[in-house]
Amino acid sequence: MKDVGFIALTYVVTFGAIIAIVARTLITGSRLSKKIPDQDKPWI
Amino acid sequence: MNSTPRTEPARVGTPATRVFGLLAVLFLGWVVVGGLFITPADAIQGDSVRIMYVHVPTAWVAYLAFIVTAIASAGYLFGKRHSLGFDRVAGASAEVGVLFMALTLMSGSLWGRLTWGTFWQWDPRLTTTAFLFVTYLGYLAVRGLGGTPERRAKRSAILALLAVLEIPLVHFSVLLWRSLHQEASVLSSDGDVKLDDLMLFTLLVGVLGFTALYGWLVSHRQRILTMRDIEEAKGIDLAISERIAEGSVR
Repeated sequence: MKDVGFIALTYVVTFGAIIAIVARTLITGSRLSKKIPDQDKPWI
Repeated sequence: MNSTPRTEPARVGTPATRVFGLLAVLFLGWVVVGGLFITPADAIQGDSVRIMYVHVPTAWVAYLAFIVTAIASAGYLFGKRHSLGFDRVAGASAEVGVLFMALTLMSGSLWGRLTWGTFWQWDPRLTTTAFLFVTYLGYLAVRGLGGTPERRAKRSAILALLAVLEIPLVHFSVLLWRSLHQEASVLSSDGDVKLDDLMLFTLLVGVLGFTALYGWLVSHRQRILTMRDIEEAKGIDLAISERIAEGSVR
């Protein structure tokens, strides 16, 4: 495969950023969920 | 049979978000495998076309996110109840849109280096896209200025309704001005699809996968914004009650 460095960098940065934001979202959600009572969560 | 009381507080996930998450993992898994190893190289661009399977869907999701931000902002401003739920969806969608716009600019820059020989050109499409990105960074900064949730919602909704007007300018910039950037490959003006079947399939799976990921992220992030508002309101209530208690002691 030609230009493998640029192509690999595109996929690594894209999916790395996505994994990082998903992990941050899950951790923040979990932390806040412990502080907020269930009756204040309209999605339940 | 006795039911066991739940001790763990409910989290932000629901069955709907789990479906979004599962679809995103499946479709994006195909994008990585299919995009990198199975789809053919392009006759003109060679292997660099593999960047398209990431670049085009992230651009689509960024547009979608900013349009949803505008619709939710209009829902807040013009709705009878001025529900803060609309504002939180707008804020969550803009956050995700900025992330995807950044990824679009990054992947476009690397693709440009391979096809044009340069990371950046002050070309109409690239310049208007960068301007759109900076506008929504400003939108997020305005959301963080402080004040009551209602004031935040009103000022950011007005800004969102103005900012969304840039999207047609970005999209049609390749037609309005002479541009290095190619015109649309799939939805071209002559209606002719210029892609191999497997390439088109992988591109469409990418669009679906990134859209499912967008759904997952916005659902979770707007719930996080809801909990942050509740936490902040409780903090203010606690501070006020402490000051009242201090005053009564004196």
